[in-house]
Amino acid sequence: MAGKPKALSVLTNGFLKENPTLRLLLGMCPSLAVTTLAVNGIGMGVAATVVLIGSNVVISLIRKIVPDKVRIPVFITVIAGFVTIVKMLMEAYFPDLNKQLGIFIPLIVVNCIILARAEMFASRNGPLLSALDGLGMGIGFTCALFIIGSVREILGSGTWMGMTLTADLFDPATIMILPPGGFMVMGTLIALVNRLSRKKEKARSEEAAGGCAVGCPGCEKAT
Amino acid sequence: MENRLSMSSSPHIRGDVSTSRIMLDVLIALVPASLAGVYFFGLHAALTIIICIVSCVLFEYLSRKFLFKRGNTISDLSAAVTGLLLALNLPPALPKWMAIVGCFFAIVVIKQLFGGIGQNFINPALGARVILLVAYGTRMTQWTAPRGFNGADAVTAATPLGILKEGGELPGYLGMFLGNIGGSLGETSALALIIGGIYLLVRKVITWEIPVIYIGTVALLSWVLGPEGIFTGDPLFHILAGGLMIGAIFMATDYTTSPMTRKGAIIFAFGCGLLTVLFRLYTNMPEGVSYAILLMNTAVPLIDRHTVPKRFGGGANA
Repeated sequence: MAGKPKALSVLTNGFLKENPTLRLLLGMCPSLAVTTLAVNGIGMGVAATVVLIGSNVVISLIRKIVPDKVRIPVFITVIAGFVTIVKMLMEAYFPDLNKQLGIFIPLIVVNCIILARAEMFASRNGPLLSALDGLGMGIGFTCALFIIGSVREILGSGTWMGMTLTADLFDPATIMILPPGGFMVMGTLIALVNRLSRKKEKARSEEAAGGCAVGCPGCEKAT
Repeated sequence: MENRLSMSSSPHIRGDVSTSRIMLDVLIALVPASLAGVYFFGLHAALTIIICIVSCVLFEYLSRKFLFKRGNTISDLSAAVTGLLLALNLPPALPKWMAIVGCFFAIVVIKQLFGGIGQNFINPALGARVILLVAYGTRMTQWTAPRGFNGADAVTAATPLGILKEGGELPGYLGMFLGNIGGSLGETSALALIIGGIYLLVRKVITWEIPVIYIGTVALLSWVLGPEGIFTGDPLFHILAGGLMIGAIFMATDYTTSPMTRKGAIIFAFGCGLLTVLFRLYTNMPEGVSYAILLMNTAVPLIDRHTVPKRFGGGANA
């Protein structure tokens, strides 16, 4: 039972290896709908992260007293509670962002990422690990949305985080901030991540083959 | 003499048709339309055509070599055809870099990402045109007047279909037939396109079903669904205006994205015609040929599935 490395791997799991948007393909709806601006991507990502950590911790704490048959309604109720808190906080402190994201903040309740992590992770692990998992997944989600939002904002509006980047160098391509642009950027990113992780896996499996510890007779590694 | 008996599996008789020969025929058939475009819209048009062909071939070469690492396919000339078709579908005054962006989408995104020649689910040139239309709406609908009107370059003018939507004086039939109207580079001259179409028919590159039924459907429906009640429409105007000719002869007949059987081709062409008329008459867009063909392109697998020919001797349920 190695405590620290496991906690670390739980945290980093969501960054790339099991990135919710680009690897697990969860939460597609907000990923495509709100990422017309980089700021929206961050806002959406942070809101989802807060909900994710909160719901993961609470669900992990109550996992032993919730009967298996009613676990989904219970999870949803917990998630909805946190979404309401986030929604009210955003209305109070970030009214502009709240207006931009609109219906997609309440819709975090039915976001697949949060329910999936509750079901796959929080209901089987302790509160600390669950919090780390929520944080890691949230960071992965936020990064993915931020990248998609940045690409679409730069190509589609010629701005980034509200700053004008391209001036009059070229006409921004309106299609990038329309739904087809979202699908194109998302598809390209998924392809890129797949390619990168496949290369990594290949390198790792070669390393594993090279570092064989069995030591069969006849193998040059046998000592 | 001992090789007279060929012991191979079928087919035993092969034609000398090859992809590059077919594509070369399409290129030859597009020459009149290209010349008409250059004549009416000046050297700008020639430059656009050259840039599009070169960048399409270049993108095809680069993407095959570096992105997909597969054998090269530029020698089959399909990329050159895509480039030329795309150029003929662009407004004459479009900035050249936008045309290159269009070539990138046509070859890399629409064609190669889906597997290269024969695998794309929509016509690359048309898909790229629509992407450009959505991306750069204003630039893609800025038309220049042909030089036949007043000799000066770069005077903006509306297309006949645009005039129909916005109001104004419509050009005469002769001007529309010869191509002396505003519009995309190669779509204006019905005469040049028909010459190209006849060449393709004689060379048996295309069959008559798709162009004739497509244009016929548009004529019939635009006549029936007239502005002042039934049978008051102007079919001749709708045949000659916009991209119908180039769409029906060169775009809808693309092998990869049209149905395989005759029956399927008839359904496909009728659907294109129906959608074109509906787009032209009942939406706020002036032209609908591109969208009509693209939509029917996506319906081709469905049409193919329902028009599988009966096997000889296969019985009632075959």
